Amino acid sequence: MSAPSTRFDADARRVAADLRHRGIIQTAMAKYEVVRDQGKSWFQDWEGARDLAARTKLEAVGRLDTYLEQLVRNLEARGTRVHWAGDARQASEIIVGILREKNAKVVVKSKSMTTEEVHLNDAIEQAGCEVVESDLGEFIVQLRHEAPYHLVFPAMHLTRGEIRQTFEEKLRDAPSDDPEELTMVARRVLRRKYLQADVGITGANFAVADTGMISVTENEGNARLTAALPRTMITLVGIEKVLPHLDDLTLFLPMLAVMGTGQQLSCYNTMYGGPRQPGEADGPEEYHVVLLDNRRSALLADAELREALCCIRCGACLNVCPVFRNVGGHTYGTVYGGPIGAVITPHLRGLRDWQHLSYASSLCGACTETCPVKIDLPRHLLANRRTASRREPRWSHKIAFVLFAVAANSPALWTIATRLGRIGMRLRGLVNGTVLDPLRPWTRTRDLPPIAGQSFREWWKERGT
Amino acid sequence: MPLNITLFVPCFVDLMYPQVGVSMVRIFEKLGHKVGCARGPACCGQPAFNAGYWDESRKIATKVVASLRDAEVVVVGSGSCGTMMKVHYPELFAGTTDEALARELAVRCHEFSGFLVNQLGVTDLGAVFPHKVTFHDGCHGLRALNDKRPPRELLARVRGLELIEMDAAETCCGFGGTFSAAFPPISTAMAEEKCASALETGADYVVSCDSSCLMQIQGLADRQKRPIRTVHLAEVLARS
Repeated sequence: MSAPSTRFDADARRVAADLRHRGIIQTAMAKYEVVRDQGKSWFQDWEGARDLAARTKLEAVGRLDTYLEQLVRNLEARGTRVHWAGDARQASEIIVGILREKNAKVVVKSKSMTTEEVHLNDAIEQAGCEVVESDLGEFIVQLRHEAPYHLVFPAMHLTRGEIRQTFEEKLRDAPSDDPEELTMVARRVLRRKYLQADVGITGANFAVADTGMISVTENEGNARLTAALPRTMITLVGIEKVLPHLDDLTLFLPMLAVMGTGQQLSCYNTMYGGPRQPGEADGPEEYHVVLLDNRRSALLADAELREALCCIRCGACLNVCPVFRNVGGHTYGTVYGGPIGAVITPHLRGLRDWQHLSYASSLCGACTETCPVKIDLPRHLLANRRTASRREPRWSHKIAFVLFAVAANSPALWTIATRLGRIGMRLRGLVNGTVLDPLRPWTRTRDLPPIAGQSFREWWKERGT
Repeated sequence: MPLNITLFVPCFVDLMYPQVGVSMVRIFEKLGHKVGCARGPACCGQPAFNAGYWDESRKIATKVVASLRDAEVVVVGSGSCGTMMKVHYPELFAGTTDEALARELAVRCHEFSGFLVNQLGVTDLGAVFPHKVTFHDGCHGLRALNDKRPPRELLARVRGLELIEMDAAETCCGFGGTFSAAFPPISTAMAEEKCASALETGADYVVSCDSSCLMQIQGLADRQKRPIRTVHLAEVLARS
């Protein structure tokens, strides 16, 4: 077993049994489900909207080369400097290079999972700069030196009491448990940072090819301040975030808001088209866009898995996933958790170390039922398992399946196996649930029914029809 | 017109819940159909398929497909195995010599409750079951076979039965085949949530089309001494 797999099992065991954690997530998700469903009802035809969204993203991903070139042409036409990063290290190097060139000391950042993916904060700190997360949830987890818990709700695992305690310890300023007062504390800290910051870094929700614009969705106005106040702005964006047309946002912005947070639209939706143009009153003097591959092109090259690049990171599949809801976001040990994370992580970070995520699913399909761009997640989980079993077969499993096939295929052997099973199960009963029990993975927490005195096949045979 | 129905009884039903298969036989015979049993393998091959071992899965599935090639209509005693045969077989056999047979079988095979309601047009079997029940939707039946309606239409006609839906009716029970043994803590937590939701309804029984889900729910309830009894839909429909 790989180290991430061992860690996953240990963390899953701990968190799944943590009833307090379970309560926090269930309460949050119950509220989410209500507003999400209300949001879906605002669409005249939600299923039609999903079909259109899926088609649009497949078109964008299917002709990614064309749309990327168009995006870059349009961005550059207004003075944006575009960089291509092949992998995570390159992306960090490019961004740190810009910080050095600008002699930056303080950097503010708005919420971005892609920057988490490349471990940008570590790279920036190693380069001797201070980096401050400006999204409230991200600000909280940064203070706690934790990874974001969820794609959309980075601090959803924390109670207000815990947040107050964190503010008390780290900021020496925590008047009460009141969310509004705590937000004001964060705001006071952040306002100073916006003014000090030399560079602002954002992610992107969409990159619009035909107008050359980066679309950023947020609820706190922090991304706008991150983009507008520092002299230099940098956006890190995965190449799969491209949409062909500006018009596409009329579908994707409400869809992202509904599925992400149950809002009609997020509070702030901003399109960044370049650095400050002559005659404009505000905006950064320099704008850099870093386009990140980091093995996305490997997904693109796979005709089936390509569909996973359609993901708009709304987090809806995490919210409905019974595995996510019980093990929590941190257990995945990787930036993208939940069903979509279990599908793409083995490809982004290596099958050997991360295949266990594709197995840690009951394949219930709640994810694909909710996915706004209709990604068939269980199908991809199955495909990952198939690839894993081919590349690194587990011989114990292979042999067990072959033996089972031999027994199941022969009525005579099945009869013998049934009889032996009855004896075996009776003997096993003596050690039920203990370490000696070969079925302990089941029997440790659950009872197991006995093999019936007369199996169906035996009954059928006796009946003689 | 009476049909020749071939019943496919999955391995765990055969071994642990034979009364489910027996109930199905009795129900179809009561409706005047002729029932036969698949003489092939005792399993559909899903465990190996879900684990990624498709070659090993085909070792069983090939024989299943062959043994059912002449069956007029096939009824599968589980939504999960039904999905395997109806939805995944064509994929499993894609590009092999059995592909055509698998596609043909997919059309002729049906999950039990969907078959009764959608194919036979039967909802009233004259059953009597004077209890409060709640229904657990097995994930595959629900999402892959679109079996939300049929079991409820059947339950609605059972004398004395009151159906009280639970909030988490569509939430996975945590069984998931080998998942339940590979990730016991996650599987157990999921079962706890399921049981809690079922208990909230005050129902006497949890009913489902999948014995595997019921094994998970009952197994946890018994261990944790929660007052839950489980029963397969076919058993309810066979009570009179």
